[in-house]
Amino acid sequence: MSSAKEYFKGLFHGIHSLIKGMMVTGKYFFSPGEIVTQKYPDNRKKLQMYDRFKGEVIMPHNEKNEHKCTACGICEMNCPNGTIEVISMQVMTEEGKKQRVLDKHIYHLGMCTFCGLCVKVCPSNALAFSQKFEHAVFNRATLTKVLNQPGSKLMKGVE
Amino acid sequence: MEFSIYDFSSFTAWIDQSLRAAMAPGWAIAIELVIIGVVILAFYALVGLFLIYAERKVCAFMQNRLGPNRLGPYGIFQTVADMFKLLFCEIIPIKNSDKVLFNLAPYIVIIASFLTLGALPFAKGLQAVDLNIGIFYIIAISSMSVVGVLLAGWSSNNKYSLIGAMRSGAQIVSYELSVGLSVITIVVLAGTMQISEIVEAQRWGWFVFSGHIPAFIAFIIFLIASTAEINRGPFDLAEAESELTAGFHTEYSGIKFAFFFLAEFINMFIVSGVAVTLFLGGWMPLHIYGWNGFNAVMDFIPPIFWFFGKTAFVIFIIMWFKWTFPRLRIDQLLKLEWNYLLPINLVNLLLMAFIVLMGWHW
Repeated sequence: MSSAKEYFKGLFHGIHSLIKGMMVTGKYFFSPGEIVTQKYPDNRKKLQMYDRFKGEVIMPHNEKNEHKCTACGICEMNCPNGTIEVISMQVMTEEGKKQRVLDKHIYHLGMCTFCGLCVKVCPSNALAFSQKFEHAVFNRATLTKVLNQPGSKLMKGVE
Repeated sequence: MEFSIYDFSSFTAWIDQSLRAAMAPGWAIAIELVIIGVVILAFYALVGLFLIYAERKVCAFMQNRLGPNRLGPYGIFQTVADMFKLLFCEIIPIKNSDKVLFNLAPYIVIIASFLTLGALPFAKGLQAVDLNIGIFYIIAISSMSVVGVLLAGWSSNNKYSLIGAMRSGAQIVSYELSVGLSVITIVVLAGTMQISEIVEAQRWGWFVFSGHIPAFIAFIIFLIASTAEINRGPFDLAEAESELTAGFHTEYSGIKFAFFFLAEFINMFIVSGVAVTLFLGGWMPLHIYGWNGFNAVMDFIPPIFWFFGKTAFVIFIIMWFKWTFPRLRIDQLLKLEWNYLLPINLVNLLLMAFIVLMGWHW
């Protein structure tokens, strides 16, 4: 007797879960407002972007032209395919100490796989991802970028 | 000659008479056969293209996407472009395949669905042949397509194709039983196998309403079993892209692949058409006994729109199945048939016979 009970229990449970699944897809079908696809080349002017999008690696500068990169080179070590080159130089501080500062942070966009390891490992959050994704250029050399702006300095308080 | 969209029988009779007046009866019949063949062929291509477009759009909306939208308004010409692409594709000859069977298989699949279309009533008087065993003919002919599938899998000389074909064979052989039994339930209720009489019997209530609970259960079982029979998801393990690349038609390319692809969609149309004819009244408008004003309004809509509207509804349900449910494993598939559908179907048939014996149907 219990096996017959199990049989019908399984049957109705199955029907119930199938109907539940069909409700979900049916709801999606009849609510076109939830469509997430964007007609990209047509809506280029008002494209909706999301913060999590990994466009290209940038180094944010503040309004006094200061960045947060200490030229430690952790991003260069972590990059799996040698996209980043950190070139540092030694300068004398006002107290007469030697200090390593950033000369050039070179980023080869053409080799980047946008894995995000450099952004994740940076101890001083100097790197970030921008939303720009239209990277096509006519000359391969333009894909090699220097991330720190000319004349920029290390932000005060970042060691 | 008077032409009416409500009744095509005068139109077909006029064609028949004018042909017979012009030539010998043998030639007249031959020409009529050619006309029907050409009409069904054109219908076949049009419905196939439309269904592929509809499938892609329905799938897209269920997954919160847009679907084809670049070619023409809302992408309606996308499948036409796909068809031209397939027609220009190279047909790659397969080494070590059985050439004759390999080339024959797509035609068997196509012919099976082609012959079935001839017995479907699209509107009043718009039916190629009205056999007195019409529904039996449809079941017999439509199960012929499994021969084509098995031949395709066997002659490709490819283990994935063969596995797909064998799965398809096991599946169709088991689910044919459920389809047959649910059809028999309706034949018991209607008391005839002739399709025109089955439709006529539903004048005052479609069978899914007037046949009480057994007809409704038979309708559900017919939907599930026929979804399995046409190898569509969630029962598409005959072609299971992720396991067998494409199952029995892995080795086909170009127009021969297009034949399989088209036949699959036409089969979906056919099973929906049969479901509509048996359970939802065919081309018969919705009538409620005693509501004369309502019936007159319903009669104003031509039967051909009723048929295609109802068929579109059933096709939508079958697509809904496909894009909701995950694919079954082969043991789950056979368990569903032999443990659930078949016993329920047999009890259901008994119940229907009892109801008809007691005269509780109308």
